[in-house]
Amino acid sequence: MARLRSYAGLVVVPALSILLALLVASFLIILSALVGPEGKFNLALPLVAYWSLLEGALGSLRGIANMIVAATPLVLTGLAVGVGLKAGLFNIGATGQVLLGGFAAALVGERLAGAPPLIAIGGAVVAGILAGALAGFIPGFLKAFTGAHEVVTTIMLNALIQLIISGSVNDVFRAAGPTFARTASVGAAELTGLGETTLHLGVLLAFACVPFSYWLLWRTTLGFEIRAVGANPTAARYAGMSPRRMIMLTMSLCGAFAGMAGAIEILRLGYYPAVFGTSIGFDGITVALLGQAHPIGILFSGLLLGAMRAGAPLMQIEAHVPVEIIDVIQGVILIFLTAEVVVRRVFRLKAARVEAGELQTITRTYGEKVA
Amino acid sequence: MSAAESPPPRLQMRGITKRYPGVVANDRIDLAVAAGEIHALLGENGAGKTTLMNVLYGLARPNEGEILLDGVPVRIADPADAIQRGISMVHQHFMLVPVLTVAENILLGAETMANPIFLDRREARKRIVELGQRFGFEMDPDARVNTLPVGWQQRVEILKALYRRARILVLDEPTAVLTPQETVEIFAVLRRLAADGRSIIFISHKLYEVLEIADRITVIRRGRVVGTRLPLETNEEDLAELMVGREVQLTVDRGKSHPAQPVFHVEGLRVRSDRGQEVVRGVSFSVRAGEILGIAGVAGNGQDELVEALTGLRRVADGTAHLDGEEITHWPVRRRREHGLGYVPGDRQKYGLVLGFSVADNLVLTQYYSRPFARGIQRDDAAIEAWARQTIGEFDIRTPSEAVRAGTLSGGNQQKVIVAREFGRDLRALVLDQPTRGLDVGSIEFIHKQAIRKRDDGTAILLVSAELDEVLELSDRIAVMYRGEIVALVDGPSANKEDIGLLMATGGRAPAAGPAGAASGTAGPGAPA
Repeated sequence: MARLRSYAGLVVVPALSILLALLVASFLIILSALVGPEGKFNLALPLVAYWSLLEGALGSLRGIANMIVAATPLVLTGLAVGVGLKAGLFNIGATGQVLLGGFAAALVGERLAGAPPLIAIGGAVVAGILAGALAGFIPGFLKAFTGAHEVVTTIMLNALIQLIISGSVNDVFRAAGPTFARTASVGAAELTGLGETTLHLGVLLAFACVPFSYWLLWRTTLGFEIRAVGANPTAARYAGMSPRRMIMLTMSLCGAFAGMAGAIEILRLGYYPAVFGTSIGFDGITVALLGQAHPIGILFSGLLLGAMRAGAPLMQIEAHVPVEIIDVIQGVILIFLTAEVVVRRVFRLKAARVEAGELQTITRTYGEKVA
Repeated sequence: MSAAESPPPRLQMRGITKRYPGVVANDRIDLAVAAGEIHALLGENGAGKTTLMNVLYGLARPNEGEILLDGVPVRIADPADAIQRGISMVHQHFMLVPVLTVAENILLGAETMANPIFLDRREARKRIVELGQRFGFEMDPDARVNTLPVGWQQRVEILKALYRRARILVLDEPTAVLTPQETVEIFAVLRRLAADGRSIIFISHKLYEVLEIADRITVIRRGRVVGTRLPLETNEEDLAELMVGREVQLTVDRGKSHPAQPVFHVEGLRVRSDRGQEVVRGVSFSVRAGEILGIAGVAGNGQDELVEALTGLRRVADGTAHLDGEEITHWPVRRRREHGLGYVPGDRQKYGLVLGFSVADNLVLTQYYSRPFARGIQRDDAAIEAWARQTIGEFDIRTPSEAVRAGTLSGGNQQKVIVAREFGRDLRALVLDQPTRGLDVGSIEFIHKQAIRKRDDGTAILLVSAELDEVLELSDRIAVMYRGEIVALVDGPSANKEDIGLLMATGGRAPAAGPAGAASGTAGPGAPA
């Protein structure tokens, strides 16, 4: 009972944040119709838009499949940020970890292009996971031994990874045939749709990470250490744990999740393009916060954002609302989530009992030294 | 204070009742404080002192009862309203901005404006200096707060209240963070404030302090006033009994110790502080099985670093430590624990507990990875829960269940969680660092008894405490630490308090210089920033 109530408390702020974001977006939808070519003032337009959004995502089996496929990398990057928050780490380097993971998957997939599909896919995904883990380990190592804040190092690493990859795709790894710079095709490693749908093997893999994370965090001794280090590093050290080891390990784990997301996206595409613009790394922050850094919450918030992505095209066709409004909604959700105080004030909610880790990780000051 | 009844008291709280879901925090409390009176509010943790003061300060609204200032009923809406009416509060944890100057901190929230845009700093500074002179603690208004010793920071808080023309000053456990010397000084300040006609409400659970400073003492237990006493007509035993509701043993019956072979042996230990200074300078001692070796010393003479080095939290620069014949000098924390070393840390919220974790998780914080609490890498929640329930009963930890967060427990019960965790297994040696700091008498009695029990089980115990009384009460032998060295080692039961106090203050040499910078509350405030 008490547990049920505490879960309800976790859901309230995210739900209200979504509601507020939809409200704010409504104004923008009305406004954009007003200043648009037809100049119509239509108060009902947001409802039409949101309805078609829903219809696009859930109105057909194909829509549902699209939603799940769109949610797949978001759940993974959500875990890449969320598991970090449990250890008191704010991993905003998921972008770089996604890119490196995708790149490694592309290169290994290229080598295994002629192998049996399961081996080719398996090899490429494992390469992506390892590469992502490496990209996570570097800021983890820097934080553990020099105290360099992970927000700073991961941001810098994001740019570094992106530039190195696009440089090499333009040069040494450029495939001979295509007119634009990209790597060679991954052949058998490509994640193709199963049956009539867009669903692919990677979906299973990604969604299996949700129960895995839950098990890891709450059912294992390692998860206990991760959470202890996140909640009180000095007490963890006193108890004989090693915060340094936990920081490096957790960052590597986060990177592995993001790397898997990158691998799945690239293997779906079939090659690595010189300019691989993807927002799934940063979207992971929204997913993680919306899901309150809890694997189950991350699953649902990943599906929600996936649904918006999957339903957006229909919304554009039926309501003539540009798909970019989805980015606006997502951005506003993030603002309300981080500015929890505002949401609580608007709806007159009692202040949350402060839970260490999670949000505090983001709002707390920089430069803490790791013992 | 036996003032005539003619003028109404400065403050009267009548029949204050404050209910929270499930508890009555204040039950028809009456409290009257006269002008110029120092009134002590005594009670255990969780007795309702803080709630009562929150009602007075406008942080909580009472369900019943009324507040009268100078005989006039008032409704205090919020802290700003309280301050407006001359009620100020000095919290246990200072509400100061460390990087701002004394003057800037005092002005925050009560800005003296030269015009609608700019502060009148000159006028403000003048008033601050005047107030300081008047009450005997002159202070450089331009000194940065983070350069001041703790005792002076507290004075900044008091100045802040005086600047806001406080007539009723509430001090919440003001001596908890002070050295004995600083306590003496702050008492002098409080007496001057009272002589000036200000009313002071002094919250504490240290009996001897209350007896020393208060004009009247009101004792609260479980939300009710259980008695009001004048210091002259009462004593520590009487107050303790009122506070706890039963007879309390203020001194434990420690019996005779039967020390056996040396277990914990330290030789020529040298340890550096965070700033790289050598603060433990060649310390040697040996604790035998079945005895308590107490380390007395003014805080800041190297005790913290010594304890950290012995428990594996700090690197040892030179020297050795042996536990039961094995050299542990450079062992990591966990290996020491597994070799039979227990440790109750000085700062329970920072080191001892993860406040956001459940009581059960905190009870296994150091052993979660071993059987029966884990099988392989998986936790065994059932085993953890069972053990937690048993321990909660055994150590009388007052908690609704083992699943509630440790942060919701009172300080005494938080400490019991740590004590239960550290004492509840077979140990060779045990380090107790300030084991009863900030606890009420009931909890202190309990922890002291447990320590004696552990000693009689044959554990070698090292006790470090800033409370000299505690060291004297428990120790079979006492080592005095001064400027990183052990300057004397005396027999515990026959030790003389004054002698040890002198050794603590001077190290047994010419009493010219004070202790190493740490406790010198007599030093003036820092230089201007």
